[in-house]
Amino acid sequence: MSAVWVDREATRPRSKALTRLRATGPAGIASAVVIAVAMFVAVFGPLLAPYPPNLPNLSLAWAGPAGGHLLGYDFAGRDVLSRLLAGAPVTMLGPLAVVIVSVTAGTLLAVTTAWRRGASDAVISSGLDIVFAFPGILLAMLAAAVFGASLTAAAIALSIAYLPYVARVVRGAALRERSQPYIAALEVQGAPATSICLRHLVPNIAPLILAQATILFGYAMVDLAAISFLGLGVQPPAASWGGMIAENQDGIVQGYPLPALAAGVCIVTVVIAVNVLGERLFDQAQAAPR
Amino acid sequence: MSDSPLLEVAGLTVRLSVNGAKLAVLRDVSLTVRPGEAVGLVGESGSGKSMTARAIDRLLPDRAEVQGSIRFGGADVSGLAGADLRRYRSQVAMIFQDPRAHVNPVRRVGDFMTEVLRTNFGVPAAQARRRAVDMLAQVGIEDGARRLRQYPHQMSGGMLQRVMIAAALLTGPRLLLADEPTTALDVSTQAEVMAILASLRRGSGLAMLFITHDLELAAATCDRTAVMYAGQIVEIRASALLHGDPLHPYTAALAAARPDIAQTAHRLRAIPGRPLSAFEAPAGECAFAPRCAYVRDICRAAVPGLVQLGGGVSRCARAGELRGHLQAAPGG
Amino acid sequence: MADTSGAPVLEATGLRKEFGGLVAVDDVSFRLRPGRSLAIVGASGSGKTTIARMIVGLERPTSGSIAACGHDRSRPARSARDRRRRGREVQIVFQDPYTSLDPRQDAEAAIDEVLRLHHGWPAGRRRARTAELTGLVGLDARQSRAMPRSLSGGQRQRVAIARALAADPAVLILDESVAALDVSIQAQILNLLADIRDQTHLSYILISHDLAVVRQLTDHTLVLHRGTVVERGPTARVLDHPQHPCTQRLRASVPRPGWKPARRGPPDTGKDAGPR
Repeated sequence: MSAVWVDREATRPRSKALTRLRATGPAGIASAVVIAVAMFVAVFGPLLAPYPPNLPNLSLAWAGPAGGHLLGYDFAGRDVLSRLLAGAPVTMLGPLAVVIVSVTAGTLLAVTTAWRRGASDAVISSGLDIVFAFPGILLAMLAAAVFGASLTAAAIALSIAYLPYVARVVRGAALRERSQPYIAALEVQGAPATSICLRHLVPNIAPLILAQATILFGYAMVDLAAISFLGLGVQPPAASWGGMIAENQDGIVQGYPLPALAAGVCIVTVVIAVNVLGERLFDQAQAAPR
Repeated sequence: MSDSPLLEVAGLTVRLSVNGAKLAVLRDVSLTVRPGEAVGLVGESGSGKSMTARAIDRLLPDRAEVQGSIRFGGADVSGLAGADLRRYRSQVAMIFQDPRAHVNPVRRVGDFMTEVLRTNFGVPAAQARRRAVDMLAQVGIEDGARRLRQYPHQMSGGMLQRVMIAAALLTGPRLLLADEPTTALDVSTQAEVMAILASLRRGSGLAMLFITHDLELAAATCDRTAVMYAGQIVEIRASALLHGDPLHPYTAALAAARPDIAQTAHRLRAIPGRPLSAFEAPAGECAFAPRCAYVRDICRAAVPGLVQLGGGVSRCARAGELRGHLQAAPGG
Repeated sequence: MADTSGAPVLEATGLRKEFGGLVAVDDVSFRLRPGRSLAIVGASGSGKTTIARMIVGLERPTSGSIAACGHDRSRPARSARDRRRRGREVQIVFQDPYTSLDPRQDAEAAIDEVLRLHHGWPAGRRRARTAELTGLVGLDARQSRAMPRSLSGGQRQRVAIARALAADPAVLILDESVAALDVSIQAQILNLLADIRDQTHLSYILISHDLAVVRQLTDHTLVLHRGTVVERGPTARVLDHPQHPCTQRLRASVPRPGWKPARRGPPDTGKDAGPR
């Protein structure tokens, strides 16, 4: 006995990710393109550098764009474009590591407290509140003071600093999801809590977590660039975009803004793209039909 | 009850844009409400009953395509704007299924209740509050002054619904649109609210369009009942005659599908399939044909028009010949 | 496993639940025999949903005891094995079809997950049982593999029922499970529940405020008011000849031709008497 119904899924989308991307609008798509390019450069950057990024030639310091040197030379006579490409991996993999660590740990903590509620929730939340009090850069300075300045120390410090942000957002979403009847139905079935959390609760808040992660990536990039700018992250002569702004800042007042500006523009572009995409994905996750 | 209708909906057809497509949600809806009369509007999901109420209260989304006319007190409602529209809304009040979704939770109940009086009618605040307290007493809330100072979350669902009714009646409307006002309430509270509505209407001669999915409730509390299916009116009948002498197979099937509180049936007479929206219904034939026990070729030939029969109307192509045979008939 | 020996399949004694200072359930006792159906009715705040939640372990009784199939379940389960066993004794179908399914799981996956939880069957046997269950609740192939968002309320409730039955419980609690459905769909689901009961000798506990549904599906009724049982008896007798004023008021609140709802009853204190 077949009733008349309408198959709303009649045109099965080829890929859920692609449809979600298309739904973010032109800004979202443009951002995704920028991020794709950035990721490509992050992986292949050093191989694409046309000139040795770390070879100084002071006689060419501050020289403008000429021949194959599209962006000119920096304060030490090194090719700016090559340094940008060489510095790309470290500038973007650092934030990536920070995001992966803080989002994983934060989600774990948040889901645990949301599931158990009660005493453990209170204790963990208080602990996170204490960490909240420390700005990321401050923690990075502390880490540099204790362990010596390096990208690793800075990344770990930032991961700890970002933990409460992730945990707070994810905990809210997890609490809401926890109180849904389908979770209760699984509890009544006798399914173990870890199984319910990993296979049902987290996947249903995953879009939100992902959106939060992309937003955090932008923050991490700026923070790490600032930390490198302060000399506490990637150590010279290794290239990093934040470091490039620091080492070339004198050029701005001397009339050679291009090296510092180029690095700055790269940072800003990637951060904006990640933020825009992250926000669009977040809105989409909030508005999704169930 | 005078004869000239207070509300006259004629040939109302509404299409909404959904994901780029234009979907029909109401098709050729016509009904009238006379002054002081209570008309029930009954339907299942997709029937269009809520959409009809929203159309009457000018609450449709901007991009909705509306054809047909809605006249209140003789005047066309679609062209109203600004002060005229506000005046119209004070004459036609609406209450909803979930009162909590329609109040600002961070404002006191008193602010919400007196707002329209103060802003649209220039009534001084103290006087507006007095009228609010009086109206709360009429809906059975005794300590009105204290209630006005409370926030919505401090009230139960039943009490908040009574507050909404009081608020709706403060402007002295001539027509009340009630969109499933008791669906979210338990059966005892529902009875209270219906009793309050009945006594308020008796006192003021207020007309009411009562939207519900509950055929028994509409038939028991309204003078006439209209039944909707797939965005169309399929029957309008005096409530007293609805169960004994229905004019459309869907009405009969709907009534037959309900369990009987007085006896246990071996199995209920369920209608096969599921209720459709206007845009899902098959084109060019009776929308109920796929589920109807009385379907014949004539039903699939064209969308049936409304026929007058026995004081009511029916959209059944076989209304005349089926009259009198529908009451004891199986639904499927 | 449905037991036909006659021993009660569910027994509650002196159940009490307090939330802070508020007594939501007070001294509620009842017994459910195999194959029988019990209704728990009452106004909002009467404690009926709290009782259901205590039976399935979502709330813990403040005092009193509950035993299902002879096993006590008044205290939280100690081990995963206990939890699973309780899942095979009592299952529940919730009211809202739109939130009682995992939005990312189709019916077959949901049922398969339950089967894997309770049985160590090979995939082939699980598939066969899944097909049996989806057929039992009237879902066709497309519906069994569709995501919940493509299913209507009635179809989603069928999935929820199939998922509950996958555990092969002795008792199924229906917590207002048809209240959110259209009348014509409600009739289909009520017929389905009656069919299932005939085939499996399942026992139902129906929480409902709809007395006509209660009449159709159950043979015994408990009437609750503010957490206590004010009347109990065969459903037909309780509905046709209510003794207690609360029951009489409930009965009189049902619309019927010639109905004149009167404004009577205790004044509304304005706040819910407690969680539902």
